[in-house]
Amino acid sequence: MIKIEDLHKKFGRNQVLSGTNLSIKSPGIYAVLGPNGSGKTTLIKCILGMVIPTSGEIEVEGKAVKKNWKYRQEINYLPQIANFPGNLRVFELIAMIKDLRQKPSQDDVLISSFGLAPYLNNKLASLSGGTRQKVNILLAFMFNSPLIILDEPTTGLDPAALISLKKLIQKEKQQGKTILITTHIMQFVEEMADTIIYLLEGKIYFKGTIKELKERTGENNFDHAIATIATNFENV
Amino acid sequence: MFKILKYSFYDLMRSRWSYVYFLFYLALGFVLLFLNNDVSKAVITLMNVIIVLVPLIGTIFGVMYFYNSKEFTELLLALPIKRSSIFTGQYLGVAGSLTLSLVMGLGIPFIAYGLFRSNAIWDFSLLLVVGAFLTLIFTALSFNIALSNENKIKGFGYAVLLWLFFAVIYDGLFLLSLIIFEDYPLDKYSLVATMLNPVDLSRTLILLKLDISALMGYTGAVFKSFFGTRSGFFISIFMLILWTLIPLYNLIRKANKKDF
Repeated sequence: MIKIEDLHKKFGRNQVLSGTNLSIKSPGIYAVLGPNGSGKTTLIKCILGMVIPTSGEIEVEGKAVKKNWKYRQEINYLPQIANFPGNLRVFELIAMIKDLRQKPSQDDVLISSFGLAPYLNNKLASLSGGTRQKVNILLAFMFNSPLIILDEPTTGLDPAALISLKKLIQKEKQQGKTILITTHIMQFVEEMADTIIYLLEGKIYFKGTIKELKERTGENNFDHAIATIATNFENV
Repeated sequence: MFKILKYSFYDLMRSRWSYVYFLFYLALGFVLLFLNNDVSKAVITLMNVIIVLVPLIGTIFGVMYFYNSKEFTELLLALPIKRSSIFTGQYLGVAGSLTLSLVMGLGIPFIAYGLFRSNAIWDFSLLLVVGAFLTLIFTALSFNIALSNENKIKGFGYAVLLWLFFAVIYDGLFLLSLIIFEDYPLDKYSLVATMLNPVDLSRTLILLKLDISALMGYTGAVFKSFFGTRSGFFISIFMLILWTLIPLYNLIRKANKKDF
C-alpha cells in the first residue's frame, strides 16, 4: 500500500523529517500522532506529492511518487483547512471535482447523511466553518479509492456530523480500504484506530496497536500512554 | 489543463472586478471616441493609457488571484492532475479573462463608432494585440512573484515595484544613461535596452506601425533606421513572445520544485 524509505525533508534550516521509514501493508485505520511540529502534515503531504522530499523514496500502491501524478487517482485527501473558491456554489464545486477526477461518485448519499441538501445553492464563502468542513468531508469521501488520507477531520463538526463521519470511516474500512488519520482528539483515536503511528522529531517512535502501546508504557489510560510515549521510550 | 483554465476563467468571470475592468475600458473607449471624433487620434491616446494601465492591472490582478486561490490550488494539488497543468491553467484563466475584458471593453465602442469603415482598423487591432501581450507578460511575472513569496504584503510590494520599474523608473534610467554617455554611439545600446522592457517595446511597436515620427523619439528612430518598419515589427513581436514564454517557463519550473 504505502512504503516509505529513509525519508528526509528540510525546510530551510528546519529539519522536519529525518530518516522516516514506514510500511503500511494491510488495510485498516492508521492514526498518525505526534506533538505539534513533529512532521505529521509534512509526512502526509510527501505521500501526496505536495511537498517534495529532500531525499528518500515513497511508493503508493507499488508506484513511485517522485515526478508522478497518476498515482493520486488512488488517493482521497481531506485537507486540514477547508477553504474553497468563494465565488462557487456548493453544487458547482462538487460538479467541478467530479469533472476533474472522472470517477463514479457517491455524492448523493453523502449529501443526505450530512444534511447538506439545503446548502447546495449557497456560495461557499457564505458557509459556516462546520458546514464547510462537511463539504470538505463530502469531497474526500465522494470517490471510491483504496487510500484515504484525513488531516484533522473532526475540526468544527457538531456531534451529529461526528457520528456520521465515524460511521463513514468504519464503512470504508469494511470495504478493505487504508485510512490514514491525523488528529489531536485522543478519544477519537481510541475509538477508531487499529494502528497508532507516533511521530517525534521526524522519526517514527512507535508503531503498533493501542493495546501494545498500553503494555509498553505501563499506562492504562490511553491519553497518558500517548503523553508519556515521548519521555519513556528510548528505542523502539 | 483546459479544465483548470475553464474553472479559473469562470471563477473570474463571476468576480466583480472583471466587470469593473470591462466597464472601465468601455467608458474609456466611448469617451475618447466621442470627444476626439477621430479614430486615429483615439488610438494614440488609448496607447498611452494601455501601455501604463494594462501592466498595472495584470500585475495586481495576477498577484491577487494567486494569493486568493491558494487553498483552491492546494485542493487541486492533491487531485490526480499534473502540477504544470494546474499553474498554466490558472495563469491562462487570469490572463484570458483580463484580455477578454480589454478586447471587449475597447472593441464594442470602436465597432459602434464605425471601426470597420475606418483606416485605423489595423492600428487598432495591433493595439489590442499589444494589450493582450502586456497582460500575458505581466500576469506571468506577477505569478512568479506570488509563487516565490509566501508573505502577501511582500508579494504585493514587489509586484507594484515591478510595475513601477518597467513603467516609470526604467525610462528614467535609460534616459539618464543616454545623457551620460551621449559622446558614444548608442544605437545598439538603446535598441537592446528597449527590447529588455516590454512596456517600451510595446510603445515602439505601436509607434512603428502608426508611423508617427514626431512621437517616436530617439529609440523609435533607431529602431526604424536599423530594422526598417517591417522587420522591426516582427522582431518586436518575437521579443514580446519571448517575454511571455520565459516567465511562464520559469513559473512551471519553480512550481514543480515548490512545497505546498
